[in-house]
Amino acid sequence: MEHIVIIGNGISGVTLARHIRKLSDKKITIISAETDYFFSRTAIMYVYMGHMKFEHTQPYENWFWKKNRIELLKAYVQEVDTDNKVVQFADGGHLNYDKLIIATGSKPNKFGWPGQDLDGVIGMYHKQDLDRLEVLAPNNKVCNRAVIVGGGLIGIELAEMLNSRKIPITFLVREDSFWNGVLPKGESQMINNHIKNHHIDLRLSTNLKEIKSDENGRVTSVILEETGEELACNVVGLTAGVTPNIDFLKSSKIELGRGVKVNRFLETNIKDVFAIGDCAEQHEAIGNRRPIEAVWYTGRMMGETLAQTICSNRIEYKPGHWFNSAKFLDIEYQTYGWVFAKPKDYETHFHWKHHKEDICITAAFHKDTNEFLGINTFGIRMRHEIFDKWLTEKRDMNHVISYLKDANFDPEFYKVYESDILKQYNTTFNTNLTSQKKSWKRIFSKT
Amino acid sequence: MKAIKNIGLVIFLIGLAFFTALPVLGTFNLNEANFNTIIKEQKIESDVFINDIKSNIVGRDFNGMQSLSPKISKALDNANENHTKNKEWDKKIYTKSSAMAAFIGKKSANGFIANNKGLMWLLTFGLGIIGALMFILPNVILLGKKGIKNDGIYHQSATNRGWIGWMVFIFLVSFYLVLYFASEYATNWTLLVDPISEALSGNPAGHWFVYGFMYCTVMTVMAVRMYIKYRHNIYQVFRTTSVLFFQIVFAFIIPEIMVRLQMPYYDFKNAFPLDYDFFFQWNLKELTNTGGIGIFILVWGIALTLVVVPIMVYFFGKRWYCSWVCGCGGLAETLGDPYRQHSDKSLFAWKVERYLVHGVLVFVIVMTAMTLYSFFSDTGTVLGIKTSTVQSIYSLVIGSIFAGVIGTGFYPIFGNRVWCRFGCPLAAYLGFVQRFKSKFRITTNGGQCISCGNCSTYCEMGIDVRAYAQKGENIVRSSCVGCGVCSAVCPRGVLKLENGPEDGRINPTEILLGNDVDLMDLVNQK
Repeated sequence: MEHIVIIGNGISGVTLARHIRKLSDKKITIISAETDYFFSRTAIMYVYMGHMKFEHTQPYENWFWKKNRIELLKAYVQEVDTDNKVVQFADGGHLNYDKLIIATGSKPNKFGWPGQDLDGVIGMYHKQDLDRLEVLAPNNKVCNRAVIVGGGLIGIELAEMLNSRKIPITFLVREDSFWNGVLPKGESQMINNHIKNHHIDLRLSTNLKEIKSDENGRVTSVILEETGEELACNVVGLTAGVTPNIDFLKSSKIELGRGVKVNRFLETNIKDVFAIGDCAEQHEAIGNRRPIEAVWYTGRMMGETLAQTICSNRIEYKPGHWFNSAKFLDIEYQTYGWVFAKPKDYETHFHWKHHKEDICITAAFHKDTNEFLGINTFGIRMRHEIFDKWLTEKRDMNHVISYLKDANFDPEFYKVYESDILKQYNTTFNTNLTSQKKSWKRIFSKT
Repeated sequence: MKAIKNIGLVIFLIGLAFFTALPVLGTFNLNEANFNTIIKEQKIESDVFINDIKSNIVGRDFNGMQSLSPKISKALDNANENHTKNKEWDKKIYTKSSAMAAFIGKKSANGFIANNKGLMWLLTFGLGIIGALMFILPNVILLGKKGIKNDGIYHQSATNRGWIGWMVFIFLVSFYLVLYFASEYATNWTLLVDPISEALSGNPAGHWFVYGFMYCTVMTVMAVRMYIKYRHNIYQVFRTTSVLFFQIVFAFIIPEIMVRLQMPYYDFKNAFPLDYDFFFQWNLKELTNTGGIGIFILVWGIALTLVVVPIMVYFFGKRWYCSWVCGCGGLAETLGDPYRQHSDKSLFAWKVERYLVHGVLVFVIVMTAMTLYSFFSDTGTVLGIKTSTVQSIYSLVIGSIFAGVIGTGFYPIFGNRVWCRFGCPLAAYLGFVQRFKSKFRITTNGGQCISCGNCSTYCEMGIDVRAYAQKGENIVRSSCVGCGVCSAVCPRGVLKLENGPEDGRINPTEILLGNDVDLMDLVNQK
């Protein structure tokens, strides 16, 4: 029986294992040094915040693995010998494979800051980071101040976590507005204000220079690059993005860039070795996507796709229309299609914001053809199916604005804003569109 | 703000302490005239009992029900033993000793509590309400900006099965045990609400009136908490208002007023088989003997179960009953909301649930069939089994212990919908309709799920919502009561409760939306 060995028990590896099992009887082993069982990495913040217990982050009950004959092995892979098809463990053991899948995910970026490895400096990625934070910052008496370095999605989640225990936070963001490499100006500014409204000390255009410690190597303060100011703190969170977790492959023959280099079939340069998820790097970016996509659902999709290839139906990884979502403290964010922070030369943006609430949308369309390109929504939930369909059908912006009610996914009885949005659109672009009533028939029609 | 909260907590606990102490306090002295009234009202024929009470109880002072009640039950047992020996069946007393003690206690209460009902109400209910509101209202400011407020739920003793949770458990279970099995100890409580009962129905309060009044009070206070916690979520606000309205107006006020108007006591929203004694002989007799209104209630009760309920479930799902109307659901969604995370999500629990809840449904149907057969054929037994025995077993085991003691008492341990999930036969019936013939579903939003597990954690019915959401599959489960909290707590906007076409409502998928369209076609169309 063919032995499939998967390194990493995250969403990519586990999805792959599940789908291989659905399609075949192959022997499957998942190796992880992090936890015994698969858990949802995106949910560890809720454990610290007291919304859930760690066991709630595990999507499958513990009997699931045995029942589906997926073997779980807790071990740290130190080396991969592709000539002999064997993985070496740190504890001296080894395991032979017929096909090997690298699904080891990421690790937090460290940019060579002095003091970046001191006691009290953490990332927020692994289960161990969560455990460590619980020790370092159980409350605001043990941790008087935390400094977060890096204004991305993990940074704001760490801020939300610490804020839930009333720990004072200074949030250092390199850019002059939060996440403005991704979000257009209006949205990014709304999030800046939202962060400040939560009594978080947000420092824009600010870099970390160095982290200082006491004689025991415990963090005591940070020094800022621009001003030289020294901020006393007990915890420093490094959340300046992530990088593929592939150091153990450096001695192997597998081609590496920033991540494990793969082709569109998720195959590496070595036969029978594949890479999926955060650690995989496409030779060439797919569409507007980045060569390395550290996103939950892309890991899942690569797992779904690669299972076909491994079970003798070799198929390319062809992700559909881009979408994503996040939550900035209390504001939900969804995006479908592409809205660029700095509009491309063919791109026009339409921005609507509620006069009082933190609710807004930005829709992008082609300035010549009026083709709808994408939408960002804040505080309004939208229907994935509808936008996916509109993008596939290359609907124009007028259609999207007129039929926006079909796309609304907010809970029942919520106040709706489609008419306001349409009114502003009509005024801005001198159009005379009318709002179409929501139609179940359109919403659920498959073509 | 924090100080107001703490003072409120202290005031609430003082009120609670008074309330908890009342069953064993108070003085009782039964005078001759009152006893004669009781003899008449209760149609007591037993000279042994009458003499016993007259010589041992009448005219004497008793401190606390615990000194009076044993004497009464002793007298009652004595008398019945005597009559049984002498075969004087017509003299035997069939009233339960605890009920007899409650009658006598009510008539003989004469101390401070009985003479200061208003003051005592203020010291118990009054302090409880004021304290609770002082504890709850500051949250408008303390909870900060609107949004999901679940911080610290698993850090706090009260909501994480800590010692406070266990204390609440003990209190609730004891309260229900008194209510169902030792109602004489509720005598002092009935005194507090006598003025309210007299204003509504014209009669002094019994222990069920205390329960009804308390139910409405607790729901109202805890609804304020819901309004604050979920103030950003209009669905939750609407739903809370709805259950509150149906509880206060339909379950509490209308039946009392009907009694005042010489009509049968009836809760128009309480549908069979949750209302399990609707077809019991005494009820059918009462309804058929009270003229037009009785017949109307009979027809309405049958139509409610056979027509109204399934049609509404078809259009809106069972939520229209379970979380917009039902009293049990109403308490679960207000008092029980802090405990919703304790429902067991394991596959094992789901198996237990299906056996139990459908078992109760079968039980109630068999019992009702026996009841109706007995009623129309005028026999007491069916196939050699006494109908009344089956009825008593159901009333005791399901009606009292399961629905009351376990259903509510276990909130802090097993979550707030233990009864609705494992025991309610109406929920089982609605569940069939919802699962097989309804427009209702929880739609999963394409491929947006990140498997975080908030939805499953906060599902009070123990549905592993995430298991469906992470597969891109709509949630169509017979047990879902449509509380909407999974949708509220989802950080990615993945879930939406909605009523849509039946076509495509159930949509199992292998590959989620967002992946290669060719792959989706290939795999999903198998």
